[in-house]
Amino acid sequence: MAEARVIPIDGRPAPRRRPASESAQGSKRPDAVAHEPAVAADWERKVAGALAFVRRRITGDYAVDEFGFDADLNDNVLMALMRPLYDKWFRVETRGLDNIPDTGAALVVANHSGTVPLDSLMTQLALLDHHPARRHLRMLGADLVFQMPFIAPLARKSGATLACAPDAERLLSGGELVGVWPEGFKGIGKPFSERYKLQRFGRGGFVSAALRMGAPIIPCSIVGAEEIYPIIGNAKTLARILGVPYIPITPFFPLLGPLGAIPLPSKWIIEFGEPIDTSELGSAAADDPMLVFNLTDQVRETIQQTLYNLLIQRRSVFF
Amino acid sequence: MAADGVTPPRVVLVTGVSRYLGERLASILSDDPSIEQVIGVDVVPPRGDLGRTEFVRADIRNPIIAKVIASADVDTVVHMNVIATPLGAGGRSAMKEINVIGTMQLLAACQKAPSVRKLVVKSTSAVYGSSPRDPALYSEDMEPKALPRSGYAKDAVEVEGYVRGFGRRRPDVATTLLRFSNFIGPRIETPLTRYFALPVVPRVLGFDPRVQLIHEDDGVEVLRMAALENHAGTFNVGGAGVLLLSQAVRRAGRPSVPIVEPAVNLTGQLFRRAGLVDFSPEQLRFLEHGRAMDTTRLRTVFGYEPSYSTVEAFDDFVRGRSLRPYLPKRGLADIEATLGAVLTRRRTVGG
Repeated sequence: MAEARVIPIDGRPAPRRRPASESAQGSKRPDAVAHEPAVAADWERKVAGALAFVRRRITGDYAVDEFGFDADLNDNVLMALMRPLYDKWFRVETRGLDNIPDTGAALVVANHSGTVPLDSLMTQLALLDHHPARRHLRMLGADLVFQMPFIAPLARKSGATLACAPDAERLLSGGELVGVWPEGFKGIGKPFSERYKLQRFGRGGFVSAALRMGAPIIPCSIVGAEEIYPIIGNAKTLARILGVPYIPITPFFPLLGPLGAIPLPSKWIIEFGEPIDTSELGSAAADDPMLVFNLTDQVRETIQQTLYNLLIQRRSVFF
Repeated sequence: MAADGVTPPRVVLVTGVSRYLGERLASILSDDPSIEQVIGVDVVPPRGDLGRTEFVRADIRNPIIAKVIASADVDTVVHMNVIATPLGAGGRSAMKEINVIGTMQLLAACQKAPSVRKLVVKSTSAVYGSSPRDPALYSEDMEPKALPRSGYAKDAVEVEGYVRGFGRRRPDVATTLLRFSNFIGPRIETPLTRYFALPVVPRVLGFDPRVQLIHEDDGVEVLRMAALENHAGTFNVGGAGVLLLSQAVRRAGRPSVPIVEPAVNLTGQLFRRAGLVDFSPEQLRFLEHGRAMDTTRLRTVFGYEPSYSTVEAFDDFVRGRSLRPYLPKRGLADIEATLGAVLTRRRTVGG
C-alpha cells in the first residue's frame, strides 16, 4: 500500500469547501483591512449561492438525467447532509483513490454491511469530495429500494438506478462510474457474528455487464460499516408481515427507540483496489459462464483478503 | 424525403380524423400535392378544416370500412383511433370496443385489400406498463416487467398483438408501429394536459416519477414521415430527456398536494366523476413509478430528431396555455436580490 493516500482525521476535504480567505489566513497573517472584504465577499458568495439554489428548486430550473439523477440536489443537499457523518462521526479514511480513473467507465464492486446502506453513501461522498475529478458514483440498487415510498425518489435523485443489466450497461456505455454491492440484503442484514465474512456475490451479473462494456472492475473494501448497527437479532415474523428482508434488533434498537437509530461512531477505511482490466477479454466473454464465475470469485477473494488486511491494521473499532 | 425508391402514397386513409392529432395529420397530408386523395374516417364529423380531405362518417367497428378501402384503392392506412379516455368514448366498454374490435375490423379490411402497401399504427408507451422493477429506459425489444392489466394500456397491448399478426399475414405491407410517450403542447387536450392545468395538482405521497413527453408538433411530424416514407418496424417516440413530476409541477408554477397511496385510486375516481381528469388506474400507477423510453432507434433508423426535448415541450405547453405561476419568476428574482442584499449588508455591518 505504498500509494495509499492518508487523510488526517480532522482533515476536511480541501477542494471547494475551504474558502480562499481561510487558507490565506493560515499561510500569512493578513492585515485586518485586507481580510475584512475577503470574508464579506465569501459570505456574499455563499448567500447568493444558497438563494440561487432555493430559487432553482422553487421554479424547477434544474436538470435531471434520464435515470432521474438530480445532481443539483445531490451535490448541494444530500451529500452536504452526509459530510458531517463522513468527516466527524466515521472519520472515513480513503485509500487507493488513484485506482479510480479520472474519466470513462469503471465498475466499483464493494462489500455491503451495516443494516442501513450508509456504506454506499460514504463511498459516493468519498469519490465526490476526495477524488481529483470529483466523480459521481452511480449506484445500482435492489428492487425493494424502488418500491419504497420516499426512499425510491431519493435513491433516483442521488444517482441510483435499478440493478439490472440494461441499466448497468447503459450507465457504463455512457462513461459513468458505477457502484455495485453484489451481496445485497444478504450482506447488509447479516448478523454481527458474521461481520467481514462476504456473502454470496449474486449471480455475477455485474461482471457480465463490465465484460460487455469493456469497463475495468475496481474492488472496493469498506471497513467500519459492520459496527455501526450490530445486528444481534432479527424480527423475522414482523419482517415477513411488512414484506421487508429483515427488521434488525441491535443492542440499542428498538430498546432505546429513536436514540437507537444513531449509528455507533466506528472508524472507517475505504480502500479502492487495483483495477481488473476486462477490455482484453472482449465482450463475447460475457457469454462464457465459467469465465464470469471465475472473475466474480477473483473480485470476491480480492475484497475478502483486503478486508482481512485492513482489520489487522486497524487499531480498534472506534479509533 | 421520398428518396431511395420509395413511391409516395397515392391514397391515404386516416382513422380517428376528428380528434386533434388526426385532424392535423389529415390537413398536412392534404396539403401535399403528391398525394392524390386523403380520406378521413371517424364517427363524429371533424370540427376543424381538413383541407381537401374527404370525410367519411363511418365506424371502424363496422364492415363498411372494408368497402371504403376497396372502392378508393387505398394504399396507405394510418390508424390513430386507439383512444385513451373512456369519458369521450361513452364509457369503458364502448372504448374497448372501438379500440380492440375496431382495430380488428380495420386490419381485416386491410388484409383483404391488395391495394394496401403501408400501415401506420399510433400506439403508446403505456404498453411498457409502469412498475418499480422497470429498467430506467425501455427500448423497443424489451418486455414489460408488469403487463398493463386494464384500460387504455391493455387495449394498446392487444392492438399491438393484432398488428403483429397482420404483419405476419401480409409481409408485403410495410407496418410501422409508433409508441408515443405522453403528448403535450399548447393545443392538444389529453388527461395529462388537464392534470397539469388543475389549480392544485395532486401527487402520490412519497413518489416522484420520471415523465417523458413528446411535443404535439413532433408527434404530427413523425406520423407524417411514417405515412410518406417507408419505415417498417416498431419505434419509441419521445422527446430527449425526462422531467420529474415534482419538477414539472414547479415549472408550471402549480402548487401540489400529496395524496397517500391507499387513497390514490379513490381520488382518481372522484376526479373522473367530476369530469376534471380522466385518469385510469394504470395511468395512476404511472404517476407513481413513471416511465421513460430509449429513442435511439427513432433518431438513427427512422431518422427523426424531435425538435423539442421533454423539458422544452413542457415549457411550450406552459407558455401556450398561459398557465400563470402563483409565484412569478420575476418576483422571485426580485425577492432573491433583496434578500441577498439584506443578508450581506447585515453581515458586513455586524462583522
